[in-house]
Amino acid sequence: MSTLQVSMYRYNPETDDAPYMQEFQVDTQGRDLMVLNVIQMLKEQDSTLAYRRSCREGVCGSDGMNMNGKNGLSCVTALSEVVKNNRLVLRPLPGLPVVRDLVVDMGVFYKQYERIQPYLQNDQSTPSIERLQSPEERDKLDGLYECILCACCSTSCPSFWWNPDKFVGPAGLLQAYRFLADSRDTATTERLSGLDDPFSVFRCRGIMNCVNVCPKGLNPTRAIGKIRDMLLSNAT
Amino acid sequence: MAQMRSMSFDAIIIGGGGSGLRAGLELAKSGKKTAVLSKVFPTRSHTVSAQGGITCAIGSADPNDDWRWHMYDTVKGSDYIGDQDAIEYMCQEGPKAVFELEHMGLPFSRFDNGRIYQRPFGGQSKDFGKGGQAARTCAAADRTGHALLHTLYQNNLKNGTVFLDEWYAVDLIRNASNDVVGVIAICIETGETVQINSKATVLATGGAGRIYASTTNALINTGDGVGMALRAGFPVQDIEMWQFHPTGIYGAGCLVTEGCRGEGGYLINKDGERFMERYAPNAKDLASRDVVARSMVQEMLEGRGCGENSDHVMLKLDHLGEETLMKRLPGIVDLAKTFAHVDPTKEPIPVVPTCHYMMGGIPTNVHGQAINIDQNGNDTVINGLYACGEVACVSVHGGNRLGGNSLLDLVVFGRAAGIFIEKALNEGVDYMEPSETDVENALSRLDRWNNSDSSGEEIHVLRKELQEVMQNNFGVFRKEEYMKDGVSKLADLRERIGKAYLPDKSDVFNTARVEALELDNLLEVAESTAIAALERRESRGAHSREDYPKRDDENWLKHSVYFPKEKTLGKRDVNFSPVSVDTFEPKERTY
Amino acid sequence: MVTNITNLGRSGVSDWLIQRVSAVLMTLFTVFMVAFLLFHPHLDYAAWSGLFERTWMRIFTLLTLLSIAAHAWVGLWIVSTDYIKKSCVRLGVQTAVVAALFAFVVWGVQVLWGA
Repeated sequence: MSTLQVSMYRYNPETDDAPYMQEFQVDTQGRDLMVLNVIQMLKEQDSTLAYRRSCREGVCGSDGMNMNGKNGLSCVTALSEVVKNNRLVLRPLPGLPVVRDLVVDMGVFYKQYERIQPYLQNDQSTPSIERLQSPEERDKLDGLYECILCACCSTSCPSFWWNPDKFVGPAGLLQAYRFLADSRDTATTERLSGLDDPFSVFRCRGIMNCVNVCPKGLNPTRAIGKIRDMLLSNAT
Repeated sequence: MAQMRSMSFDAIIIGGGGSGLRAGLELAKSGKKTAVLSKVFPTRSHTVSAQGGITCAIGSADPNDDWRWHMYDTVKGSDYIGDQDAIEYMCQEGPKAVFELEHMGLPFSRFDNGRIYQRPFGGQSKDFGKGGQAARTCAAADRTGHALLHTLYQNNLKNGTVFLDEWYAVDLIRNASNDVVGVIAICIETGETVQINSKATVLATGGAGRIYASTTNALINTGDGVGMALRAGFPVQDIEMWQFHPTGIYGAGCLVTEGCRGEGGYLINKDGERFMERYAPNAKDLASRDVVARSMVQEMLEGRGCGENSDHVMLKLDHLGEETLMKRLPGIVDLAKTFAHVDPTKEPIPVVPTCHYMMGGIPTNVHGQAINIDQNGNDTVINGLYACGEVACVSVHGGNRLGGNSLLDLVVFGRAAGIFIEKALNEGVDYMEPSETDVENALSRLDRWNNSDSSGEEIHVLRKELQEVMQNNFGVFRKEEYMKDGVSKLADLRERIGKAYLPDKSDVFNTARVEALELDNLLEVAESTAIAALERRESRGAHSREDYPKRDDENWLKHSVYFPKEKTLGKRDVNFSPVSVDTFEPKERTY
Repeated sequence: MVTNITNLGRSGVSDWLIQRVSAVLMTLFTVFMVAFLLFHPHLDYAAWSGLFERTWMRIFTLLTLLSIAAHAWVGLWIVSTDYIKKSCVRLGVQTAVVAALFAFVVWGVQVLWGA
């Protein structure tokens, strides 16, 4: 059977009072396409369909969406990974305001990212060459710096759904730890004092939805645990 | 029409990739009112896909490394039509720009002594080609572009750059004396059209690989800057020079970094033979990209390619061992599993030369100022217009870019443009206000689409046709008759695209409108490429003609310059006058 | 940093720590009680009140009672900030929780040291 049944979340604020699901049929000719390829085929059927995409190889983080109930990047998710009973349900990332169709307003997500001061801070004088860093020190950044800000993790996190304005969320916290763990960063104390409240870090309940969906295989829960350890040893 | 909102900046940078963000950072630090306008959130820009690294003589892998050796390689790689003053500037300033990135926090991989890790890349040598293979490409695993782009974005946040995220630039606004005084842009989220006035308009819109059906480029690489410049009547330079990267994943087109071969991987044909030994006995798989790509196609044409149709070859990596692959090339292992369904720690990756990089673009000087050519063939600066990054042709890449030189180009010339604009603004810039007609001219294309009717053809159909023409008629090997055919097909497409139909005329996040506007730009880039490729009757760098297989230094040791109004190709002198070193004279190019 | 004045410890770390330490105390008390009941299969009033005559048992029980109050405060405060978005309602609920917990503690003290 090569006709795939696609159920697509549709909403255009100019014309629709409420969102609705639109049914499409796509002839995949039996190929195991990526979900993004299917959406592109739908766009040829109906050019009003709105979605974000850029690199189509899983590094730019544009096309995070909810596919058959699970967040992921459509460009690196093969149909065989998600389709059940020949049916694909596509929805925008949950928990963020919908702008149109699969496009969500990521403002609050970016705001949390900006809040953790996602840039190296170093108060020492700048050397004439690079700052030295041992391979072991550099290894500590692996699994952290690779984040592509696709928001799959934060929008699968109930704590972020309830308090997106106060809880930094897994993506932001992963980056917070990326700078805490960097041997070249000297703002550890200031960074920690900015996180030492009941919401920013501690709303993480450790349910690991973020780990489950991260398309880059990163582990925000572990990073959050490490931040908590740092806060604890800093405070006691 | 209703009153259009206008915004004013000292400098507006169009494009949020590496060069745009580097220029933006420089200007934000200077306190100038700067905005970076990008059609995607900046970290979604195509710089993020760069893998292998940034080539620069920082003297880490080899303390005796010299920027002049890097310059020699780059000049040779360009097949001698790179401007030597610009290459000199890039190679000499490079270390400063790379160290700045490191100080900003870029997580480079490291050697045991704590210095930045450097790997060998194609076309690199020591001692002006006499000292063997160099290792000069600074890397953050195989995610250097990602690390670089995020670092630049983060530092722009730190310095308070204004971002117009998900805004699309439609066309340049020119005043009566043909100075560029701003741009018409659409806020994609609301659909509002805004007039942006600025004393400096910087095009940093990247490449246009999407003119080809098969490309390593992101879907957003539609040549918007080149399109805007050409529609404004400004020329483009060396636009026939398109790099085909040797290792795009067969079928999917995704890039597999040259760093794979830098780390010791090599290409094999269907007999398992390491065929590059025959084509480039010294550099082998690390010959420059044009050479490797041609050799691969040669293998396929002679029936030694893999698969039933002999239409690809294999990149062998498994002998490097799982540990090295996971440490140095983790992203490639992932990509190969996802898009080629092979595990590179066990089996080779099927690869094919794939359109990758636009060496040509808007001619600029080393300060990023865009150049026009007057009737007497002299360079004149276009007031108010700047370009940097892939959209610009400084030209440091000439006929063929070396791997790792694009990221360097971005940061060195993004920075240089920023520095120069700051100085120019401080000295005072005063251009005539645009008239109502000037603004209407810049709006005309948008109006055309907004009033298009259903008698026109569909956008995606036309786009596909354009990409097929470019793929089939302007590929790795080029021939007069195919190209003539291509040029006439593109002329026909111009007719039809001029009448094409945009069915969705809504305002909120209308991506169909963006795709329509992008199609115009694809056409501009494709047509200029086609005409320039047809007219350059020689083989040089990436431009390889079956009917003119030899380099012709007598007639073509020149930049080509394409004039859009007349649709003609002129020539412009290549700079052979570096300031601090002797000229590198053209020689036969072997690897 | 997000500021909030209605939580118990005024900082995320202290709330987190309070919850963990109180949980340990409650666990210890529970284990002790289960063990006590297992060792006294025919428990009568005399043995039971005898247990609570001892000062260390009274202190242990009071500590556990305080732990329950702190643990509940932190926990219910989190639940209220997650789910109750209207601030006046949230404040009302939080006040009621605090009042109830205070009452339980006072009552507990009265039971332990009362007549």
